[in-house]
Amino acid sequence: MRRPTLTAIVLCLCVGAAAAGQERSELRWGGDAEGGAPFVEADPNDLTRVVGFEVEIAQLLASGLGRAPRFVQSGFTSLDAAAARGDFDVGLSGIEDSPARRSRLAVTIPYYQFREVLTVREGDAGRFRGLGDLAGRRVATLGATLAYDLLLAAQTKFGVVPVTYEDDVHPYTDLVLGRVDAVLLDEVLARRGIRRNPGLTNQPTDVGVGYYVGITAPANAPLRDRMNEILLQAMADGRLEAIFRRWSMWNDDQPQLYARLARGGQGEIAQAPSPQQPSTFQAAVRYLPSLFRAAAITLVLSCLSMSLAVALGLAIASGRVYGPPAVRMLLTGWVELIRGTPLLLQLFVLYFGLAAIVQLPAFLAALIGLGLNYAAYESEIYRGALEAVPAGQLDAARTLGFTERQTLVLVRGPQAFRLALAPMTNDFVALLKDSSLVSVITVVELTKQTSILAANIGSWVIPGILCAAMYLVLSLPLARAARRLEGKWKR
Amino acid sequence: MEAVRCDGTTVRGCEGAKVNNATSILDVSALTIVRGARTLADDVSFSATRGEVVVLRGPSGAGKTTVLRAIAGLDPIAAGRITVDGVAIGPGRTPRARALRELHRRVGMVFQFHHLFEHLTAFENVWLAPVHVLRQPRAEAERRAHELLEQLGIGARARALPRELSGGEAQRVAIARALAVGPQVLLMDEPTASLDTERRDSLAGTLRQLAAGGCTLVLASHDEEFIRACSHRVILMQAGRVVGPS
Repeated sequence: MRRPTLTAIVLCLCVGAAAAGQERSELRWGGDAEGGAPFVEADPNDLTRVVGFEVEIAQLLASGLGRAPRFVQSGFTSLDAAAARGDFDVGLSGIEDSPARRSRLAVTIPYYQFREVLTVREGDAGRFRGLGDLAGRRVATLGATLAYDLLLAAQTKFGVVPVTYEDDVHPYTDLVLGRVDAVLLDEVLARRGIRRNPGLTNQPTDVGVGYYVGITAPANAPLRDRMNEILLQAMADGRLEAIFRRWSMWNDDQPQLYARLARGGQGEIAQAPSPQQPSTFQAAVRYLPSLFRAAAITLVLSCLSMSLAVALGLAIASGRVYGPPAVRMLLTGWVELIRGTPLLLQLFVLYFGLAAIVQLPAFLAALIGLGLNYAAYESEIYRGALEAVPAGQLDAARTLGFTERQTLVLVRGPQAFRLALAPMTNDFVALLKDSSLVSVITVVELTKQTSILAANIGSWVIPGILCAAMYLVLSLPLARAARRLEGKWKR
Repeated sequence: MEAVRCDGTTVRGCEGAKVNNATSILDVSALTIVRGARTLADDVSFSATRGEVVVLRGPSGAGKTTVLRAIAGLDPIAAGRITVDGVAIGPGRTPRARALRELHRRVGMVFQFHHLFEHLTAFENVWLAPVHVLRQPRAEAERRAHELLEQLGIGARARALPRELSGGEAQRVAIARALAVGPQVLLMDEPTASLDTERRDSLAGTLRQLAAGGCTLVLASHDEEFIRACSHRVILMQAGRVVGPS
C-alpha cells in the first residue's frame, strides 16, 4: 500500500506545481458580467466569452505583462473583498476611484473619467434640472457608488430621497414607470439607460466627476505599478483611445485626464473627487443612525410579513385539511410552487415582472413576497400540527355535539398551535434574516445598509459585528418569549 | 341509595328508573357496517329501555366497538337503522348534520382510551360542551361540572390536566364530560380496560347508580366479572354478528 500512496503524493505535487505555473502565466481579472455592455457582458455570439471595454483593457494589461487574460466572475458589490482576498489579480468592472478604496487596496491610475449624470423623464426635463429641484423626490442609484455618496449629501442638503438598486437596469425602467423621479449614475450607464428606455433624457448639468480604476490586493502593489506603466504607455500610443472609441465612450475629458496623468498628477486626481476620508470608527458612528433605521425596517417588515404568513398559512392549512379534493389539490400545487422556487425570483416577479400590470411600492412588494413565501412553509407546519392532534379527541368532540368549526377553534386549533409554536418561532427567526433579500427590490434593510457601510469604509469587520449584534437583539427576545410560552404550557 | 341522573342531577333511590323503565329508548335494527371489502357488523339488531344496562360481549374483533361508534354517529352505516328516542339514522355516506346534532344530544360516549382534551383541565373538559353546544351560562355549566366531578369522586382532581390523571381518574372525567350534556343513552367502550379490581367494582357501582337515575347504558366489554356485576342484559357478538344472549 506504500507505493500507491507515494505515487499519489508525487502526482499531487506535480499537478499543484503545474497549476501554480499556469497561474503565473495568466492574468486573472475579476468583473461582473451582469454589469453588461459596454463594461463586461457575455458575448451574444458565444456565451462562454465576455466582451466589453474592460475585457479589452484586461487584454491590453495581460499582453503588456506577457500573460493570457482569464476572466473571473464576481458580484459587483463584492469586487473589493474578492480583490483583497486574492480571488483575482486585478478587478476591472467600472470600479470607481475613492479614498476608501485607496486606503484598503492597491489601486491603478484612472483610465477613464466620467461625469455623474441626472436622468429624468422627458416631461420632467423642465422642472428637475438638478438635485436641488428634487426635494422630497425619490432618486435612484447604485449602492456604494460615488453617485450614492452625492445623493446622501443631497438628502441632507435638499431633502432628496435616495433609493438604492443592486443593478443599473432597473433604476431606469422604474423611472419610466414613475416609481422614482430621477436616476443619478455615471454617464456611461446614463447613456445606455436613455438608449434602452425611450421617454427619458439626460440633464446636461454636471453633478460630479469620477474615475474608473483597476483594483488589486495590497500585496500586489508591484503588479499594480507595472500595470500603471502599461496604462500610461497605452494612453500615450493611442491604444486606450482606440478601445474607448470602439465602445463609443471617447470624449474630450479623456485627453485632459491622460495629459494630467502623463505629468504625474495621479495623487491630485485621487484626492479631487471626494472629501477627507473619516476613520473606520468615525464612519461607523456616522452610519449608526441609518443602521438603526434599517434595523427598524427589518423588524417592521418581518413582523408584518410573518403576520401575513400566519394568516395565509392558517387559511391554506385549513383548506388542505378540511377542503374538498379540488381545493386540496389546488392548495397543494400552490404550496409546492412557492416552496419549489427561490424567494429571490418571487420578489423579482412581484416587483419588476408585474410592474406592467400593477406597480407595487417596494415595501409592499417585499411584504407580500415574504408573506406569500413563508405562508407556504407555515401552512405545512399548521397542517402537520392539525393532523397531529389525536383523531380520538375529534371523535370525542363530535359525540359531544361540537360542530366542525367549534372543534377546530376549541379543541384542535389550540393543541395544534402549541405543537406549531417551536417551528413557527424558528421560521420567524429565519424570516428575519431572509428579509435581507428584499434589498434586490430597493428596500434598504439592515443587511443592505451594512453592506453600504462596509463598502463605504472598505471593511466588513465593524459593520459585520454591528449588523450581527442588531439581528441578535431582534431575534433573541423572540426565541426567549417562545420558550417561556412553551414552558408555561408544559407546566 | 342515591342515583345520578343522565343530566347530572341527583335523585334518591331508583326513582328515575321506576318512572321510565318500560320505555324503549334505543332501537338498532338490521345494522350492517362495511369497510372496503370487510363487513364489520352484519345484520345486528337489539334494543334497550330507559335505565337498562345492556352489554355487548364478545372477543376482540367481534364488532362491539363498531356498533357503538355507529350508534354515536361517528361512522357511516351500510344498511339498517338506528333510532334513539325518535331520532333515526340510516344508510348513507354521512348522516345529515341536523339528524347528527339531534343524535348527539341524546347519545354520549366514553371511549376506551377516554380521549380527554389534553390542553384543558378535567374541569374544563366537563363544562366545555354545555357552554358551547348547549349554550348554558358559563357559571351554571361550571357549577354542574363541579357537581358531577364531586359525585364521581374526583372533585379534588378538577384542576389536573389529563396527562396528570390515572387511568381510573381519566375515565371518570370522561364519564362526567359525557354526562354533562345530559344524554339519554351512554355508550362505553371497554370501560374496565384501564382499571384495577377495586376501581372496577367502584365503576360497576357508579354505572348502577346512573342506570337507577334513568340513563340507558350500552357497554362493550369482555370482562365477565364486571358484566355480571352491572348488566341487566348481555348480547353476545362474534365476527360482526349477534350470536345470541349469553
